[in-house]
Amino acid sequence: MEEKKQNNRIMEVKDITLRFGGVTAIEGVSFDILEGEVRAIIGPNGAGKSSMLNVINGFYHPQQGEVWFNGQKRGAMKPYQIAYQGIARTFQNIALFKGMSTLDNIMTGRFTHMKSGMISQVFWKGKAEKEEYENREAVEKVIDFLEIQTIRKTEVGKLPYGLQKRVELGRALAAEPKLLLLDEPMAGMNVEEKEDMSRFILDVNEEFGTTVALIEHDMGVVMDIADRVVVMDYGKNIGDGTPKEIVSNQKVVDAYLGVSHD
Amino acid sequence: MFFLDPFFYEILISGLLAGVMYALVALGFVLIFKASGIFNFAQGVLALFAALTLVGFQTGQIPFAHLLSLFGLHATHWGAGFPTIVALLFSLGVMVLLAWLIVQIVLKPLVNQEGIILFMATIGLAYVLEGVGDLMWGANVKELNIGLPEGPSEIILDATDMFIDKLEISAAIVAIVLVVSLTLFSQYTKMGRALRAVADDHQAALSVGISLETIWWIVWSVSGLVALVAGVMWGAKSGVQFSLSLIALKALPVLMLGGFTSIPGAIVGGLIIGVGEKLFEFYIGPLIGGATENWFAYMLALLFLLFRPQGLFGEKIIERV
Repeated sequence: MEEKKQNNRIMEVKDITLRFGGVTAIEGVSFDILEGEVRAIIGPNGAGKSSMLNVINGFYHPQQGEVWFNGQKRGAMKPYQIAYQGIARTFQNIALFKGMSTLDNIMTGRFTHMKSGMISQVFWKGKAEKEEYENREAVEKVIDFLEIQTIRKTEVGKLPYGLQKRVELGRALAAEPKLLLLDEPMAGMNVEEKEDMSRFILDVNEEFGTTVALIEHDMGVVMDIADRVVVMDYGKNIGDGTPKEIVSNQKVVDAYLGVSHD
Repeated sequence: MFFLDPFFYEILISGLLAGVMYALVALGFVLIFKASGIFNFAQGVLALFAALTLVGFQTGQIPFAHLLSLFGLHATHWGAGFPTIVALLFSLGVMVLLAWLIVQIVLKPLVNQEGIILFMATIGLAYVLEGVGDLMWGANVKELNIGLPEGPSEIILDATDMFIDKLEISAAIVAIVLVVSLTLFSQYTKMGRALRAVADDHQAALSVGISLETIWWIVWSVSGLVALVAGVMWGAKSGVQFSLSLIALKALPVLMLGGFTSIPGAIVGGLIIGVGEKLFEFYIGPLIGGATENWFAYMLALLFLLFRPQGLFGEKIIERV
């Protein structure tokens, strides 16, 4: 316990193994995420990176291993309970509420902060009313921060891809998470959009001190924004360190260039 | 010309009012389908069950009196019953409790199953509820009177010579109030937004902290409320009996027209069918032997299936390749 306090580990996965039937998606992977850092998870397609994120936010339950959050071992929890613990995320294939406006999408991100009861909501009196206005303010701040004021009322299904990604980030930010998980936040973006997104991620990290764990394929981006990198290949952890250490790691280079496994 | 005919307007209005009743039943289907992708075959039986429960509370019936008589308790009523408003609130409570039971016993074990399996489960649910309803309150035809005005509205009769039933006017008002409040609730409250969120994307909803079980409970409770209102209105019109559950069949063509995922669609679809079947019966009916009201709605639905399968307002079906 003392050791954890010193290092300020916000998240630690220990010896995680995840199988789907006969397929092993993750095999004995361990790593930690320190409070306040940007941690990247990289690796070739099918390496088990998204599965790892799904383990962290509770969509998948590993057959083996432990997940420690805030210095406490986590028992079996449902994804929505994990959201209440302060873990928010975005998805590889954008998962927005397509029929709802940008504003409403980001408002759902405030769900864990709204505590009013059903009766109060039905009659829109007391707590529910007050809460709507308070959380609306928090949402407007996120909208300003991400510079998406002009699309506030637009149905998100009608927005271009890059903006949808930004709204999805906004929904996760609105939760004011302790740990923010981003699954390929820059996939399919052009250079300019990638630069914008990198800037937002760094700003979130620096200004609000939010811990970020992200999966990314673009090595240039990873080099620029990550403090530490963990590399996965075939469901295993094959490298862990600063971006500099990673690029000089022979195992990692082999995995990316496709050298055969012995 | 037909639009100079005073009968035309009388038929038009009574068609609109009947349409509101159809829309009310269809609304219950749409709510559940949107939030969970389940076509709830039991919606009609829910309406019957709600109406039976209301009459039971109102008249002071003892639930399961027939079962109790096996143990030598022969009383069927415990007293004069509750006033209507109290009976309504208690019935709503029963529907909320029932919604919770349905989620726990039927939906939870079937999570992530195919839509067709859940559909089959709701067929089972319909039969169970029908049986339980009979067992609790008896199978006899019951009269339902909640004190709404009945008979032709004199004001309208004097002013325009048209014969419009007051009961139908009150039904329309209640339905409008219900739809407006549901819309406001889903637009401006946390749970309302959560309902829409779950309808759009389950995973994303979970990731922001929404519990699917809670949402399902709320959706089935709201459907129970809609069923209660529909059951009361139809029950006041034609008595509470088994055939009440068949109004669900009338909702099917409404859904074909309006689309399974659209609340405005359910309303407009209901109105079109209500008006369409009355006008068709009046103007075309005599030429082809009458009794067209039994099948007109289904024929219209068939035409829609052929030319616009997603309905008037439903989400367009696009297959991604």
